[in-house]
Amino acid sequence: MSREEIRAVVLQCLGDVAPEADLDALQADRPLRDQLDIDSIDFLNFVIELDRSLHVAVPETDYAALATLDRCVDYLTPRVPP
Amino acid sequence: MSERIEEFRMPSLGADMAAGRLVQWFKAPGDALRRGDIIAEVDTDKGAIDIEVFTDGTLAEILVHEGERVPVGTPLALIRSAAARESQEPPASPEGHPPAAEAGPAPRIQVSPAARRLASERGVDLSRIQGTGPGGAITMADVEGAAGGKREEDKSEDPAARMRRAIGAAMARSKREIPHYYLSTVIDLGPAVEWLAERNRGLAPAERLLLGVLQLKAVALALREFPDLNAWYEDGAAVPKPAINVGMAIALRGGGLVAPAILETDRRDLETLMRAMHDLVDRARRGALRSSELSEGTITVTSLGERGVDAVTGVIYPPQVALVGFGRVARRPWVVEDAVVPRPVVTASLAGDHRASDGHRGGLFLARVEQLLQEPGKL
Repeated sequence: MSREEIRAVVLQCLGDVAPEADLDALQADRPLRDQLDIDSIDFLNFVIELDRSLHVAVPETDYAALATLDRCVDYLTPRVPP
Repeated sequence: MSERIEEFRMPSLGADMAAGRLVQWFKAPGDALRRGDIIAEVDTDKGAIDIEVFTDGTLAEILVHEGERVPVGTPLALIRSAAARESQEPPASPEGHPPAAEAGPAPRIQVSPAARRLASERGVDLSRIQGTGPGGAITMADVEGAAGGKREEDKSEDPAARMRRAIGAAMARSKREIPHYYLSTVIDLGPAVEWLAERNRGLAPAERLLLGVLQLKAVALALREFPDLNAWYEDGAAVPKPAINVGMAIALRGGGLVAPAILETDRRDLETLMRAMHDLVDRARRGALRSSELSEGTITVTSLGERGVDAVTGVIYPPQVALVGFGRVARRPWVVEDAVVPRPVVTASLAGDHRASDGHRGGLFLARVEQLLQEPGKL
């Protein structure tokens, strides 16, 4: 998958977790938690959605790599199975 | 066993509820009813709630029609039931069987509180919208689309303001009537955090546990030894409740707060508790809570640490007599066997009702919670 496709999937997953969020206003380099007002259970749901959609089971030790939209795409791009 | 006619009344879903609007009946006269069935949807100041029936029988007659707003206690319907059962009492869950909270999806419109609020403001009929959110839930975007961008005049009070007023009324009553005392203690979460990391390692995300589940279970288990904190204060006396139903304070994204309970929290293993927490948060935000979850809480736990808060000084939710707060988990210098080491610690606090307990008991309770969190594998 291309970076753009992965980015679209990440946004879709975020939309599922925080359906009230205005994703068009999301700043790609700012923390997701602050912008979307998501808590630990929302974040876990986001990781579950990424696993379902991209087949990447992000370990807890790598959660910091999902802090922003840009970092999510950076982290996931080399890990998404072909 | 003889039959009798019972009144099914508008339930009280907490100290902040005075009335409710009957949104939809899910059963018709002549329909068979089983204990735990969802019979109707009611709109309250705290959002839309699925109302359960607590007796087996047959729906004999509907007394309050869809759209009507009536005070708590008003008979909504008549039920022809077996005489042996008490009406309007929540069902007891059999050992090892999840309570109604995890039953299948209710036959109702799934809509988040914020979307419901917007629909009310715009005069949009939710029954005419096909939801595009998770599980078919109606989102704000769906309501916006249905409204066609045209704002209609609506002189009714904003539901967000209604919820705020309801919360304010309950909290004002709490502060006016309950002689609160406050205690706090700093708990070393090192063992819990390490145990959790080891347990979750290699597991699919859907099978992982959160630290909050361990905190919830520790509180529930500790309450078994402190029934005076797991009580309701009613008619001038604190009465311990037989079941331990821990309420979880959940912030709603559109504003406001609900504290639905996980029924029989102490009897669930951590995995079941985690699923219940997922389910409860999901349904709270979609506006699909059940009446028993709002009316049967025996204590409330609030965790504000993720918002950067160090400690919580909570307000007890009447008729409950205690509230437990957890603050931020932070790495701090900690003395272990005469050496200063970095440890993840959290401040746990207790707001207690002096009419039901005192600081001595409260202190012992917090110490027990701390002790339980030192042995997470036994939770």
